[in-house]
Amino acid sequence: MNLDYLDFEQPIAELEEKIGELQNITDDSGLDIVEEVARLRKKSDELTKKIFSSLSVAQTLQLSRHPLRPHASDYIRHIFTDFDELLGDRHHGAGYAIIGGTARFNGMPIMVIGHEKGRQTAEKLKRNFGMPQPEGYRRALRLMHMAEKFNLPVITFIDTMGAYPGIGAEERNQSEAIARNLFELASLEVPVICVVTGEGGSGGALAIGVGDRIFMLEYSTFSVISPEGCASILWKETSKAADAAEAMGVTASRVYKAGLVDGILSEPLGGAHRNPTAMAQTLKEKLSEVLDELRQFSPDELLNNRYQRLMQIGVKGSPD
Amino acid sequence: MSWYDKLIPSGILSSGSSDKKGVPEGVWTKCDHCDAILFRTELEKNLNVCPKCDYHMRLSGRERLEHFLDEQNRVEIASDIEATDWLKFKDSKRYKDRIAAAQKKTGEKEALIVIKGTVLGMPLVSAAFDFGFIGGSMSSGVGERFVQGVNACLEANIPFVCFTASGGARMQEGLFSLMQMAKTSAVLSKLAECRLPYICVLTDPSMGGVSASLGMLGDIQLAEPNALIGFAGPRVIEQTVGETLPKGFQRSEFLLDHGAIDMIVHRHEMRRKVVSMLAKLMHWSELVS
Repeated sequence: MNLDYLDFEQPIAELEEKIGELQNITDDSGLDIVEEVARLRKKSDELTKKIFSSLSVAQTLQLSRHPLRPHASDYIRHIFTDFDELLGDRHHGAGYAIIGGTARFNGMPIMVIGHEKGRQTAEKLKRNFGMPQPEGYRRALRLMHMAEKFNLPVITFIDTMGAYPGIGAEERNQSEAIARNLFELASLEVPVICVVTGEGGSGGALAIGVGDRIFMLEYSTFSVISPEGCASILWKETSKAADAAEAMGVTASRVYKAGLVDGILSEPLGGAHRNPTAMAQTLKEKLSEVLDELRQFSPDELLNNRYQRLMQIGVKGSPD
Repeated sequence: MSWYDKLIPSGILSSGSSDKKGVPEGVWTKCDHCDAILFRTELEKNLNVCPKCDYHMRLSGRERLEHFLDEQNRVEIASDIEATDWLKFKDSKRYKDRIAAAQKKTGEKEALIVIKGTVLGMPLVSAAFDFGFIGGSMSSGVGERFVQGVNACLEANIPFVCFTASGGARMQEGLFSLMQMAKTSAVLSKLAECRLPYICVLTDPSMGGVSASLGMLGDIQLAEPNALIGFAGPRVIEQTVGETLPKGFQRSEFLLDHGAIDMIVHRHEMRRKVVSMLAKLMHWSELVS
């Protein structure tokens, strides 16, 4: 089994493997090989389209957590220039589960903040697998306030299983760290655009997820509790995670249908990880369009709109 | 075992919770903590605080406000707002049926009760979670009631006091529930903008999405003695870190020592304490007697 592919993608993996083998053959009958490769490539693309046109919720969940899925650091590299990572909450720690700092977007200075899961084992450990402790959230808050002070739009990338459930996290008041961000984001006087790129896990996601516009990538998820957590509580068994995910409606299409996000960004064939550059380009275009739109508003209009949007959530008969 | 029972460490669980009284509907009842046999009317008169060991047993949201507010001049706010089944959610039970069962059991339509009134003559709006209503979980109905309560403060220029008792988010409302964390925090930012005080009283238990939003945003943070307060449930933490949790972990006294709350207040002192603090923040005259 090819570990770069998920279980339901194995037929694609087999084809890709064949293509790889053929491409490595160096004999004289080159023409036939080129044709064969083209034929298999077409077949692989068609198969991928077919598989991805009818993904189950469980499969989408797997994709949102794909080990190769691009992280905030990847998007930052592709979309922005001149990124300076600004570390530390100034009180306790660096807050490595969050990546963030100033950067330029099409030349314009901005503040970018995201969850970062890390790639290799050592980095994953350092980043705490993208599960922030209070210092991560307080660092994010410090960057938000800096953005407000220097009039920089804020762009956030959301991708976390959730806030870290640990002894130290509780000692340093994880609840307050999350609550404070929600409170401050509601009245931050600069445009805030949020994108759920992978897993939008609960309050730990929302703590950098309140803004003027919020988008989800096609195969990302956003949920009030992890499907496993929900399954273990309501179904009394973790193996019912897919049922829980289905019932809670965690996929981008369901969340969008519920009116809780502003749009879905299509992913490249086979998911963002198959073509991170293309995904980043889509994101870049969307961010550019939305930033132009939000810049039309005065700070008062911006805050008032943001506030009204929040107040309408979950009110019967409201458009949202 | 219901999901909110899972929040409670096993030691306490075995002795039962307030809605599982040892002698239902009888004259006698048992302390949840010291097992002392108590005369029910005496216990009620003592605001559900055990006269023998001073253990603070749970109160329903309405009982809480009955004790806290003066008897006159009460106006309930947003009582028409009910729980809504946005997702047609179903696990072993339909959410719709869970709502109906909770409504029948508690006599309430949602897990938050909001009343405008006075305490020792001082005007305010007070909200109290009802843990008996689906674990006091935060639904869109709870969020909307909370918002309308704060809006009443903004209109009348008076403070807001909230008693939390909640297992966290209401999973059956999915993201609608999660977003209430943002919504309630946002309305509190308006209250802060108008320089009106918000006092949050954390009671047993105050966890998850409720503590990580409206529960930790008070100008003054109070707690009742020995309340379980935190973000993640103790069992989840134990499983994650693979360590035994320190004694008293996530209890009011632990939070006080770690700087998370201003003070622990005995239930009998709550009215006087809250009002004396509000009076200073509001520049009201001193309490008499």
